[in-house]
Amino acid sequence: MSIITALWALGILALIFGAVLGYAAIRFKVDADPLVEQIDEILPQTQCGQCGYPGCRPYAEAIANGDDINKCPPGGDATIKKLADLMGVEAKPLDAAQTPAVKRVAFIREDECIGCTKCIQACPVDAIVGASKQMHTVIVDECTGCDLCVEPCPVDCIDMVPLASSIERWKWDLNAIPVKVLES
Amino acid sequence: MPTLFQHIQAGKVWDFHGGIHPPSRKERTNQKPVALLDIPDRLYIPLRQHIGVAGKVLVKVGDRVLKGQALTQADNAMAVPVHAPTSGIVQAIELHTSAHPSSLAEPALVLAPDGMDEWRPRKPLDPEQVDAYTLLERIQESGISGMGGAGFPTHIKVNVKQPVDYLIINAVECEPYITADDLLMQERASDIIAGIEILVKLLSPKAVLIGIEDDKPIAAASLKAAIGQRTNYFVREVPTKYPSGGEKQLIQLLTNKEVPAGRRPLDIGIVMQNVGTAFAIAQAVLDDIPLIHRVVTVAGETLAQQQNVLALIGTPISDLLNACGFQPEPQQRIIVGGPMMGFAIADWSVPVVKTTNCILAPTENELGAASEEMDCIRCGACADACPASLLPQQLLWYSKAKDQDKLAEYNLSDCIECGACAYVCPSEIPLVHYYRVAKAEIRETQREALKAEQAKARFDARTERLEREKQERLERNQQLAAQRVAQQQASGLASQTAAAVQQALERTQQQTAPALDKEQIIAERERKKAEALAYQQQKQQTQTAEPASVQTSEQTEDPRKAAIAAALARAKAKKQAEAQSEVAAESAPAETAASDADAKKAAVAAAIARAKAKKLAEAQSEEAAEPAPAETAASDADAKKAAVAAAIARAKAKKLAEQPQAETAPASEVAEPVAVPTESTPEQDAKKVAIAAAIARAKAKKQQNSEPL
Repeated sequence: MSIITALWALGILALIFGAVLGYAAIRFKVDADPLVEQIDEILPQTQCGQCGYPGCRPYAEAIANGDDINKCPPGGDATIKKLADLMGVEAKPLDAAQTPAVKRVAFIREDECIGCTKCIQACPVDAIVGASKQMHTVIVDECTGCDLCVEPCPVDCIDMVPLASSIERWKWDLNAIPVKVLES
Repeated sequence: MPTLFQHIQAGKVWDFHGGIHPPSRKERTNQKPVALLDIPDRLYIPLRQHIGVAGKVLVKVGDRVLKGQALTQADNAMAVPVHAPTSGIVQAIELHTSAHPSSLAEPALVLAPDGMDEWRPRKPLDPEQVDAYTLLERIQESGISGMGGAGFPTHIKVNVKQPVDYLIINAVECEPYITADDLLMQERASDIIAGIEILVKLLSPKAVLIGIEDDKPIAAASLKAAIGQRTNYFVREVPTKYPSGGEKQLIQLLTNKEVPAGRRPLDIGIVMQNVGTAFAIAQAVLDDIPLIHRVVTVAGETLAQQQNVLALIGTPISDLLNACGFQPEPQQRIIVGGPMMGFAIADWSVPVVKTTNCILAPTENELGAASEEMDCIRCGACADACPASLLPQQLLWYSKAKDQDKLAEYNLSDCIECGACAYVCPSEIPLVHYYRVAKAEIRETQREALKAEQAKARFDARTERLEREKQERLERNQQLAAQRVAQQQASGLASQTAAAVQQALERTQQQTAPALDKEQIIAERERKKAEALAYQQQKQQTQTAEPASVQTSEQTEDPRKAAIAAALARAKAKKQAEAQSEVAAESAPAETAASDADAKKAAVAAAIARAKAKKLAEAQSEEAAEPAPAETAASDADAKKAAVAAAIARAKAKKLAEQPQAETAPASEVAEPVAVPTESTPEQDAKKVAIAAAIARAKAKKQQNSEPL
């Protein structure tokens, strides 16, 4: 008899919890995949496509679906480390022989530009200004250094130049500064 | 219980955590008067000497500038101008090594002094007579930025909306060697107090607290003498301890308040100014002398005369050293700033800037190079010494690991980089430098994150724009297509044309079968003529039967024109037929010419057809009395189509005419199809012309295809 009571009790409890869980699943349904959002946050948003996907978000989706985390040269090791933390996998060295990011920006040799607008169409972040048959130029602050404008240029007038170091961006060089305590 | 203000009035001074007592070595310079130097050969005036942005350059190379003349203009709030320290010629505006630990080049103006030291006209202000805005403007225009170290623009710092409880004047000067402020107070105490009065007018604080270390008795005495009977001016002597001169530390010493992390002193009702800044304000307002010189301590045992000098802004440091009897050692190090927080420079042509308070040229024994760094033994001495109550050993650990989250958790941003931890470290670890690297990396990361965010926003905006443009294009195309269909339906042409095309196709199919028999072709032609005539008559009848139809008005106008056209066409067809019979009778050589002529005639006929279509179209559009505008549009469209069709027919004929080599019989046929429709149409409207042209085209094509056989 007591066994039947216990079974009843357990059964009713199971029904109650099942109902609660079922309701919660509907009530607190997560629409988007939050993992993709999180990965996308980490990626550097250069939209360069060097990972083989057409932008950072597609790559984020690919990572969420199990792609390798080491395909982002602009992000470098820091990004890989963060992705490894997020995904709970081992951090790997950067894929392929691409040189890891030295900050570069596109530079248009303006006297050679013929104004074909091909680079403007290629730029994923609209960082090139110009019009048809007018000289184009790069907005340095907006350029992500993705290289995508170099290929379409019919006259090869776009260079990728390393970003000049400035006092604001300078990182302290440990060896350049003397450290010595005073002896009395 | 007494209030905080009563405590302060009573002369109470509090304490802050940690701190160190390095040998001060101030006695070498604090007894000597401030020396005046000769004007140097060249002045290198960096365009930006403060935190913020450079102003707009006002002069150009080759200009003669007067002493005190503004060289740049502050065109926004974060900019302060720089001024010519003496009269002379602008030699160049170029990159010059900056007075910054990075030694990166920054734009600087090179001035060649002419030795005249000629002033521009000066307009002193009376602080009692002018309003706060004028004073602030004068402070900005005189290029005054904080002279204690960071170089924050003063006009921003003193332009406050919130009430200010205490104005604290920082006269602590706690770093070893440096006595520049000490000497300034000894010699110019009354000017400093005048400057403080201007600040009081701008800020209206409850009290002015002047914090000064107790190792400067002469300076403190002269300040007290200068204050005289002024109420609520308190000179507070704080015990000598490094870093009492730090902003947050001095606030804690004088008011027992702590500035919350990430906030400014203003948030707790305190504004702090350096004593040198107060002096500069007095000079700017009372004498209209902009910030063109400052007192610099030049010390170190490689110098014959260690002393304070009044150096013009822009004087190369090598000039200052040489003026003090510099005897460099083989591996001489030059340090800008004090031994605790200063930085070594490699290029001695670095100029004196507004924040340069000390230049050290020590011997190797006096201030040796860094010895070898050892591992952290976790002794905790650094934590005891830290004036910001941080845990330097933990920060070191996470700095090395580049763990930015942990660094934030341990409040790295509250580190004032005073160097007390490194000073006490038994393992001689240059802790501050690890923190500086980590801070720079955090800044870089933040900048990257911001940039990534912007890039993403721009990428999204672009994607959205492309998508929108695509959508718009699609909609436009659909609209146009719908319009076309509507037009065709309105004119009822669609079905007619389709039927005509169908007929033409059927006919061509039928005609491909028969051989090139002339009789057959002629018979066929006659049949078609009959067909066409029957069709026309039928149509005419149906049209006249419809009283209120679209074409009623057309009919009233058209018959005359149509008759003329028909007559012309018939005449032509007749002529053609004659020519054909002639051709048939003639021998081979004549035939080529004839076929040529035929082709030409066909072309002419087509052209005439086209012209007629146009004329008709014009006539139709001129019928302004038409009820529905859709009709005009429709007839317009019809005319156009007819024109196009005719043009195509003509082009085909021309093409044929160009290759009439071996054509005998076919040539006549080429001409014929074009002629047929012209002949057979009594021409009611352009529609028929269009149909005819289409048929002609189809025939011509067929002919062309069958020729090679």
